[in-house]
Amino acid sequence: MSARSLELLEVTASGLYCAAGGFFVDPWRRVERAVITHAHADHARSGCGRYLCAAPGKHVLRTRMGSNATIDTLRYGETTSINGVTVSLHPAGHVLGSAQVRIEHCGQTWVVTGDYKLGPDPTCAPFEPVPCDVLVTESTFGLPVYRWPDPATVAGEINAWWRTNRDAGRTSVILAYALGKAQRIAALVDPEIGPIVAHGAVMKLCEAYRASGVRLPPIDRVPPRARKVGGGRALVIAPPSVLDGPWLKMFGATATAVASGWMTIRGVRRRRGVEQGFVLSDHADFPGLLAAIEASRAGRVLVTHGFADVLARFLRERGLDAEPLATRFTGEAPPDAASDEHGEPDEPDKHDEPDAKDGAA
Amino acid sequence: MKAFTDLYWRLDATTKTQEKVAALVDYFQAADHADAACAMGVLCGGRQLRAVSTTQLREWVAAATGLPAWLVEECYAHVGDLAETLALLLPDDQPASDAAPRPGLAMTMADTIHSLHTADEARKREVVTATWRRLAPRERIVWHKLVTGGLRVGVSRTLVARALAEVAGVEPAVMAHRLMGGGPADTAGFAALLEPVTATDDRRPYPFFLASALDRGDTAGVAADLGAAAAWQAEWKWDGMRAQIVRRGDDVTIWSRGEELVNEAFPEVVAAATALPAGTVLDGELLAVGPRAGGSPVQLLGFAALSKRSGRRRVPKKILSEIPCVFVAYDLLEQGGHDLRPLPLADRRRLLDELIPACFAAATAGPPAIETCLYRSPLVEADSWDQLAARRAESRERGVEGLMLKRRSSPYGTGRTRGDWWKWKIEPLEIDAVLLYAQAGHGRRAGLHSDYTLGVWDGDRLVTVAKAYSGLTDAEIVEIDRIVRATTVERHGPVRICTPTLVMQLAFEGVAASTRHKSGVAVRFPRIVRWRRDKQPADADTLDDLKRML
Repeated sequence: MSARSLELLEVTASGLYCAAGGFFVDPWRRVERAVITHAHADHARSGCGRYLCAAPGKHVLRTRMGSNATIDTLRYGETTSINGVTVSLHPAGHVLGSAQVRIEHCGQTWVVTGDYKLGPDPTCAPFEPVPCDVLVTESTFGLPVYRWPDPATVAGEINAWWRTNRDAGRTSVILAYALGKAQRIAALVDPEIGPIVAHGAVMKLCEAYRASGVRLPPIDRVPPRARKVGGGRALVIAPPSVLDGPWLKMFGATATAVASGWMTIRGVRRRRGVEQGFVLSDHADFPGLLAAIEASRAGRVLVTHGFADVLARFLRERGLDAEPLATRFTGEAPPDAASDEHGEPDEPDKHDEPDAKDGAA
Repeated sequence: MKAFTDLYWRLDATTKTQEKVAALVDYFQAADHADAACAMGVLCGGRQLRAVSTTQLREWVAAATGLPAWLVEECYAHVGDLAETLALLLPDDQPASDAAPRPGLAMTMADTIHSLHTADEARKREVVTATWRRLAPRERIVWHKLVTGGLRVGVSRTLVARALAEVAGVEPAVMAHRLMGGGPADTAGFAALLEPVTATDDRRPYPFFLASALDRGDTAGVAADLGAAAAWQAEWKWDGMRAQIVRRGDDVTIWSRGEELVNEAFPEVVAAATALPAGTVLDGELLAVGPRAGGSPVQLLGFAALSKRSGRRRVPKKILSEIPCVFVAYDLLEQGGHDLRPLPLADRRRLLDELIPACFAAATAGPPAIETCLYRSPLVEADSWDQLAARRAESRERGVEGLMLKRRSSPYGTGRTRGDWWKWKIEPLEIDAVLLYAQAGHGRRAGLHSDYTLGVWDGDRLVTVAKAYSGLTDAEIVEIDRIVRATTVERHGPVRICTPTLVMQLAFEGVAASTRHKSGVAVRFPRIVRWRRDKQPADADTLDDLKRML
């Protein structure tokens, strides 16, 4: 296959590198030039010389990279040239500002999806397929057991759960990543049921979302040293790390739930001991991955983080040129892995290795 | 089927006893009696029919979804529960409209499980495929478990009894008694459970009274906890199978603590017990003993030998002659049809001594046993705790697990009520062993490598001696899971072979010859005491260390 003669991207010690353009996509070490698909911690690391991201994601990336970072932006679909290589960013539907990176050089087009989902999300632009020769795709949920229910149905389940808890005088605590999932939940639920309250880590990003023009319902910040909040009526959105500390105590009687794609699996729900799991993910499910791969019309597919080996084999059996690509992206961590290694209470969305998966590490 | 599925998921969703009982009460109050009888069979762990094999189910799911078989297996390895995996893989075509009749559990089981048991493969496949279309995904998980005979529900029989007692308006103990020996077989059986009073002359045993473990190894501590030694009756803790002999009416029934009727496995004990007067119930232990050569002491064969008898429905002559069994009575629960349980133990014991003349004495102790299959348990005589401690030290040599201490004034209670009955076991044996293989667990530990095969040194190589599942904290299991993944050198299906890096302190009850482990020995009741982070594999024990404990 002639495509093999030109490798636009290669995996180096610092990350996915485009030698022709002299830049990295989502590097895992400090580099001079970084093109960022989205601001989650396993894709955006601080300390790089220059960042390039999609314009809607600038505020979010700023909250993560700090006020001194140099951040350039592109509108979705707008092209730029980096050392003669054409680069553009296209909506990935994962979180606000998430982008697929399209790289074109010498008649070859590569697309790095970053994390993506195909389902609807009121807080970010929907995924757009980008035709290419080579697609570098994630595979966090690359097993056919993962098929998402309609998010509207899940929203209905969350509302019903919240209402039941409220009527019983219990505060509803929903555990979700501070960036993306938390805002999506706030936008999905029915704010008429009761007040929505957010953990500080979530609040910071809600503000970045609002500054970017995303409409969110009123969300209360938890006042410092508060004793009693919400009177058992509130929906609290917090990162999973709060389970390990005293923070939840201020809400009195609570019911906890986790919103994650991993909640599909009963064993994962039971292991963490959360009473309720809502299947809500910002990643593509298995049919979504296949649909995105097909829509890209790519002849060659490189599969990263998640079930890379499994998905690549499946694609090969369907006649595609596919292979796993070893990266250090980790995707959506199951709730019990989230706070194990990187004990950062404010950064629980620092994506961890899901403990129940194989493939690229 | 829907009501039972709802019950299954309600029980699954909570770890709180009260909520489980409430779920059961709701179910039994609303359920049709035929469905309830069926549900009882499942809840009480009755024998389930395997209508189709898991292999067939996997193949048909692969065919129905167009997925390759290897991908189905990858999914199973990830999910950790086959019924769930298959239910998640099947397309979600919505079951027929709500107006369509929805068969209950009994009818579903009759139509799709009992009738399938003997059907040919094509018919099985046809029924399975049609049933998938009829059931919602959450029903499919439960049904998959039913159809493969593998449904386990996280409720104890005690909880079921509590719930049914509430529904029937009787004491939980009465219901526990009614439930002994298996759940109701049919609609009438279930209805009978709910009757206010029973006066039937039944064959059911009494609920077993269980002893609690006395953790204190030091005699002074035991003395401080239990008071004067004279208040306690001591017996050996035999390494057999707890059972009750119920001699009522014209026959004998023998019940295991698992509430199974085990008559077929112990015909010689049944024959011996027939000589007891009607209206007699004995509590005691079934023990495997060696073939007896006239007048010599009996030889204890241990639990492994007993298992070769107890698991059987029919015992071949050869096994019957190689592994004869006896019953050693601890207690007399009923005489002349009268319930003796409220009497003090000392009185019951006196009646037992009169009823059963032969006292069991094994191997190293006492005079040759009288040749019978029915003995009373010998008392361990001692005047002080120090003397008792000295006798307890003989345990390993005698092939017993330690001492049983029972308060002489105590009635025969129900369940595991602390205070009157104690088991004072000898300390377990321990070795340091190296983790060699790991396998992902199931249920709550799905996807986590939590089942370990451990080995010890045989010269310069490590040989396996035990499989252990329990003893570590959840956090430790997560940590070890990471290490297992990082140190995997080879995979055989779900089993990972790891570079030896982890040392576990392993406790066990004994060492026996084994053909399953490369080392030629296996340990009994192995469990992990702690993760020895301070030790390297080179510090682990050797096969010779272990063989010395044989």
